[in-house]
Amino acid sequence: MAVGSGPPRLPGALVALLMAGLCLGTLIPLLLRTGEGGLVGADWAALRFTLVQAALSAGLSVGLGVPVARALARRRFPGRSALVTLLGAPFVLPVIVAVLGLLALFGRSGLVNEALGLIGGPRMSVYGLHGVVLAHVFLNLPLATRLILQGWLDIPAERFRLAATLGAPIWPLLEWPMLRRILPGAFAAIFALCLTSFSVALILGGGPRATTVELAIYQAIRFEADFAGAAQLALLQYAICGVAAGFALWLSPPALGGGGLGRSVERWDAAGAGARVMDAAWIGGAALFLLLPLGLAVLRGVGGLSDLPVETMGAALRSVMVAVSASVLTVGAALALALRAGTLAQLAGALPLAASSLVLGTGLLLVLRSVVGLSAVALPVTALVDAVASLPFALRALAPAVAEIEARHGRLADSLGLVGARRLRVVILPLARPALGFAGGLAAALSMGNLGVIALFAGPGQETLPLLMAQLMGAYRMEAAAATGLLILALALLLFWIFDRGGRIDASS
Amino acid sequence: MNPTRAAIFALAAAPALAQAQDAPVLTVLTYDSFTSEWGPGPAVEKAFEAECGCDIRFVTAGDGAALLARLQLEGATSEADVVLGLDSNLVAAARATGLFAAHGTGAALDLPVEWADDTFVPFDWGWFAMVGKAGGPAPKSFRELTESDATLVIEDPRSSTPGLGLVLWLDAAYGEEAPAIWDALRDNIVTVTPGWSEAYNLFLEGEADLVLSYTTSPAYHLIAEEDAGYVALPFEEGHYLQVEVAAKVASTDQPELADRFLDFMLGEGFQGVIPTTNWMYPAVTPAAGLPDGFESMRPATTLFFPPEEAEARRGPAVEAWRTALSQ
Repeated sequence: MAVGSGPPRLPGALVALLMAGLCLGTLIPLLLRTGEGGLVGADWAALRFTLVQAALSAGLSVGLGVPVARALARRRFPGRSALVTLLGAPFVLPVIVAVLGLLALFGRSGLVNEALGLIGGPRMSVYGLHGVVLAHVFLNLPLATRLILQGWLDIPAERFRLAATLGAPIWPLLEWPMLRRILPGAFAAIFALCLTSFSVALILGGGPRATTVELAIYQAIRFEADFAGAAQLALLQYAICGVAAGFALWLSPPALGGGGLGRSVERWDAAGAGARVMDAAWIGGAALFLLLPLGLAVLRGVGGLSDLPVETMGAALRSVMVAVSASVLTVGAALALALRAGTLAQLAGALPLAASSLVLGTGLLLVLRSVVGLSAVALPVTALVDAVASLPFALRALAPAVAEIEARHGRLADSLGLVGARRLRVVILPLARPALGFAGGLAAALSMGNLGVIALFAGPGQETLPLLMAQLMGAYRMEAAAATGLLILALALLLFWIFDRGGRIDASS
Repeated sequence: MNPTRAAIFALAAAPALAQAQDAPVLTVLTYDSFTSEWGPGPAVEKAFEAECGCDIRFVTAGDGAALLARLQLEGATSEADVVLGLDSNLVAAARATGLFAAHGTGAALDLPVEWADDTFVPFDWGWFAMVGKAGGPAPKSFRELTESDATLVIEDPRSSTPGLGLVLWLDAAYGEEAPAIWDALRDNIVTVTPGWSEAYNLFLEGEADLVLSYTTSPAYHLIAEEDAGYVALPFEEGHYLQVEVAAKVASTDQPELADRFLDFMLGEGFQGVIPTTNWMYPAVTPAAGLPDGFESMRPATTLFFPPEEAEARRGPAVEAWRTALSQ
């Protein structure tokens, strides 16, 4: 068998081929369908809205992230490490739960409007562009803060000390150059993430004025059965995401180091009371902005537990099954790509970021429905689509670990003749277990909270928890929806914990 | 359990089990509000199951217009036997999919327009209207509405039959001027919902002064809630008429049962509950007539496009709506 050396590379090539087939090949059955097709004025308006909301979301996230990160970088206080850890949490936070929390705070009968009502002020609406941007800032401010905080902590402490000794201004010498290096990449990364936003726009968008391209794809399929039109919109989305991803990669800051965010830098320029108060206000404000909606969502959820509809149990079972299947698929594919490494694997791993999950799912179903009924494949297709969507993140978590194992043990393994599947079993799998567990947990949690393709195809008795929650919100059963959201959150965190633990148990032996 | 008792138990249970397993299932694809607990669904289910020896299963897929897309997506593999809740404006598009089979019913219909169709069977009808609270803003025409600061919730014409009805209403009333009216309506519209249920809920929660619904909507508040506080606004342009239809799916595995359901649909058991559950005019007026207070407002002028003309106008009219509102 294997002549030469190295880990098995063929599975990675196959997975890359599969990704290309899934992400691009699924457009074909849609393009072949007769439909109205042709992009019209309103589609260009959706494109414009998509770009505007993504730019505003990224700009505000990064703009607010700077003072918060600076405050976190130069202050030490009880709970700081917990707060920094929490900044990593929104990534696995189900978007629909986050939206529910924001509605509890800013919605029609939310706290803010109740307070405005008490003082006789005008009520504000959370629907439309500002609502979409608000939700995206809520979801991405933590990411921006972490990226920028990393930049601050990467400035060697000696330089601050030197600047203090010389009485040199820190801002133009140290901070501004660092920000100029970090900010464009952070902006581009968040911009790209917001481009394909679906559930936020579905719930908080207000009609044709606030429609993203992905939402327009949903409407073309769900409302008009205009498959060709949906595929054309998906191509448009590939184009804008491709450009954005190119920028993001070009401007990208170095990958997030796992550690290093724990320390703070001793600073001599920020000891004044004014600076202290400002920093405290920024940290407190950010913590409140992130924790209050979540707290409200949990509180409402606990209160609504008795309102949970009978369908919840089945939906929870289906969601767990979909999440676990998606996780297994994702980890397998990510491992194959990580072993293959190189440009092909990177490209295949990044492709799903630009793909439209809805088009991917529809393409698969249009092909499969000639063989089996829609109801038989709706859930398996959902798991597959979720797996594809999580792949970029799983690969990002796994690839550095696999690369390090190869760098450390690769030559020894080669010299021992450990190649192919044996090398995988004896060397790589045991050592990569923590990363595999983390990637699996990430994929499971993302799938658990994902309201995507199932919103198009669920037949009777096929709802997943996020879909059930969206339906309850549509019927204004907010208490029951909040309780469902709490269940989603709990199950997502539980699945993440189980996978992550599973990867770490006995990792030392 | 000893063997004898098990055998007796099995024998005793057998007929019930057999009936549960053998009863054919009729799957009816319909819109959300039809199956809600106060909608016609429960009463219709009870009445039809009592006479058919079958099990009727309602499946919902949003509002009326989304039903057609759902069936197109499922194609010939659909489990639906009957689709209930398309309307006159979608009949031509539905026919063109080839997914529906002729039924051929001979019942005499009480519709305000001519209806002769061997495939799409009307089950109720009504006039669209802006509904508001008594004493609230009450514009007398679309033009007056655009000039007022009254707020309005409407439905998406791509997913909802009332939404589509409004788009064609403006087209019928204003023709080439309709896009300008949409443009002027933009600042009155609070939001666009995917279906009627969501829009009416928002209106009831006080999110807007007016909602696009039917002339018969106030009857619901009057009769079911004994609340005379809601009015349908008469518009000078006239009111667009909607005829709601059902049809047999061509790929059904229960063709006889589907035919039987469509016949049942025009009988007393179905039509009798329509006025006070779906709050629409029944396609065949029941023996007892319409309930008191049902007709609080009857339009002076009826606007209506027959199916073929509605289909020709639908695309451009929806596009005009989408273009105006996406600005």
